[in-house]
Amino acid sequence: MSPSATATTLPTEPVTPAVTETEATIAEFTARGYDAGFVTDISTDTAPPGLREDTVRFISAKKNEPEWLLEYRLRAYRHFLTLAEPDWAHLNYDPIDLQDITFYSAPKLKEIKNIDDLTPEERADYDELIKTYEKLGVPLHERSKLSGVAVDAVFDSVSVVTTFKEQLGKVGVIFCPLSEAVENHPELVKQYLGSVVPHTDNYFSALNAAVFSDGSFVYIPKGVRCPMELSTYFRINAAKSGQFERTLIIAEEGSYVSYLEGCTAPMRDENQLHAAVVELIAMDDASIKYSTVQNWYPGDENGVGGIYNFVTKRGACRGKRSKISWTQVETGSAITWKYPSCILQGDDSVGEFYSVALSNNRQQADTGTKMVHIGANTRSTIVSKGISAGHGQQTYRGQVKMLKGAKGARNYTQCDSLLMGDTAIADTVPYIEVNNSSAQVEHEASTSKINDDQLFYLMQRGLSAEDAVNLIVNGFCKDVFRELPMEFAVEAQKLLEVSLEGAVG
Amino acid sequence: MLEIKNLKVKVGGKDILRGLTLDVPAGEVHAIMGPNGSGKSTLSYVLAGREGYDVTGGEVSFDGKDLLEMEADERAREGMFLAFQYPVEVPGVSNKVFLKHALNSIRKHRGQEELDAVGFLKLFRSKLKTVKMDKKLAGRELNSGFSGGEKKRNEILQMAMLEPKFAILDETDSGLDIDALKAVSDGVNALRDENRGMLVITHYQRLLDYIVPDRVHVLLDGRIVKSGGKELALELEERGYDWIRAEQGGAN
Repeated sequence: MSPSATATTLPTEPVTPAVTETEATIAEFTARGYDAGFVTDISTDTAPPGLREDTVRFISAKKNEPEWLLEYRLRAYRHFLTLAEPDWAHLNYDPIDLQDITFYSAPKLKEIKNIDDLTPEERADYDELIKTYEKLGVPLHERSKLSGVAVDAVFDSVSVVTTFKEQLGKVGVIFCPLSEAVENHPELVKQYLGSVVPHTDNYFSALNAAVFSDGSFVYIPKGVRCPMELSTYFRINAAKSGQFERTLIIAEEGSYVSYLEGCTAPMRDENQLHAAVVELIAMDDASIKYSTVQNWYPGDENGVGGIYNFVTKRGACRGKRSKISWTQVETGSAITWKYPSCILQGDDSVGEFYSVALSNNRQQADTGTKMVHIGANTRSTIVSKGISAGHGQQTYRGQVKMLKGAKGARNYTQCDSLLMGDTAIADTVPYIEVNNSSAQVEHEASTSKINDDQLFYLMQRGLSAEDAVNLIVNGFCKDVFRELPMEFAVEAQKLLEVSLEGAVG
Repeated sequence: MLEIKNLKVKVGGKDILRGLTLDVPAGEVHAIMGPNGSGKSTLSYVLAGREGYDVTGGEVSFDGKDLLEMEADERAREGMFLAFQYPVEVPGVSNKVFLKHALNSIRKHRGQEELDAVGFLKLFRSKLKTVKMDKKLAGRELNSGFSGGEKKRNEILQMAMLEPKFAILDETDSGLDIDALKAVSDGVNALRDENRGMLVITHYQRLLDYIVPDRVHVLLDGRIVKSGGKELALELEERGYDWIRAEQGGAN
């Protein structure tokens, strides 16, 4: 785009592929395997369903919160009541009945100081929890094979285990459940909570601010490079419950952290709501790398059940030369509504968004990013890879905004869609706004189909149809996978293969 | 090795092969020549198992097995290789990763141990030399942005890696300059073997100067109408196909 002070909005162009004669090789989707679909049977502490002011007070009381936090929640709740659910996204779903949802559900088991002190009942619950995470491949023992990764395990509304806290504490890194941070580091939480995503931001962020339960809190002090990967593993278990976690990451001047989140849920026939908020803050020369492997239950092949994933994620590059990089692999959820964004405030700060999103069967995803360039010479890169199969529906929605002060700012956007079969849909909706004549915006988009020539070529060399598709899809996603930490890149690749099982007849 | 009996194929309802009979024994290289539209490419695709080709009659036996019963990938694992006239570009997929997948699925089928990264690279490097291919090119994305000649050379590299029992070369000479033609032919000749059969499909006699066939067949209107030794190719080059057509007319 030539440097000019004009605002450009590219038209929405739904791309529906035509049926070709030799298309028999890519058949309709059948049921897919979902390994994480089991239920954990433990005693829980659960709030009665529905959303009222009482509910907000109940959650706050459960967590013994200070008055200021209760006030914050109530402000958010009252604001929430004035809002209507947004309908601009390209998503079709029945209205969510908030009065039917449980907003708090936690294992009764709490604060295990010594396993030997547990009653037999508690011990059974403890074993169940540990088993759950073992089944999911999440290392809760510090001596496990992924020992370079610290884990915070969030089960429904609370964090059940956080590993390596002590070791991280030695270098000044705080990694703990948000509720614990409220208790032990109230000044930090007070200063930063809601400072990137205010409760007034949108419908779901207001809801989250009112009823958020747990999530992770990360603080990296000045000049510290976090010695290990931090990760949070979110698990929804209870029926008819929602998960409303909140994550807050603060990277002080010159620090670095790489953080990863993973998510799964049991297979249930009803839809479950997940409305999270993630806030990242990077000071001068700080760098935050945030990776997501989202594998919430997607629903069955007819679109029954699955998680409604409405998430607000935003990072503020407050400092000069700071950097925030989002990488997401979104294979789960019935509905995904998610736009991890960067506010590039500090001069020379950098925002990145790398995304692979898959919609199979009846899954719908409306996802993308916002890059708001405020500071001079800020740079952003967007690489979005959407894969749509079966009756899947996929929308890339992205906004690049160059404000007046963003002298010499640059954005590069690459937005590719891959369609499989003749019933999948992909849309691209980029919004570009440039208010500074020295800013540069580049946008490339493509839509392709796995074509029969490619499939036949690979099969002629001995690959099965399924292996051939996987190879093509992995090639398509390569630019994003290589942004993930090594062990998770392998996981993501496997996840994608499982999610595409049955894609080829 | 490859026995085709009275093969009849329709494409989009139209008769393309009308009773083609051909026998290529192991260890021999046969050439098929014919004018445009005679069915040369159809033959190669049908043998490789591409969909959209309707076999209405005849049979094909490959190494004693019913070839037409098998899917394209099974045929490949059984040792049938097609060097494509227009190799397709597969962006994002590395040449090496693809070849390792292909080789290992074939090795697995043969009951051989799958190669690890080290074993694969060793073999890969030695075969690169055979086809005189640039290392850099071989590590790039599969056929992406390759020139015509590079694509053809890549086909021969794959053939050298996969060591098929039988190879079909579909107009491998098209779009090649003389140096590339020589390099590709050298690669093919290095793979001539008493246990391997080859079918070279071409428009021009030129290729057969480099890959000298044991037999030459003329494909006309979906049938093999004349067979002979390598000198037949020279005669075709000189006289074209009309005299054969006339002969056919006379015979009818």
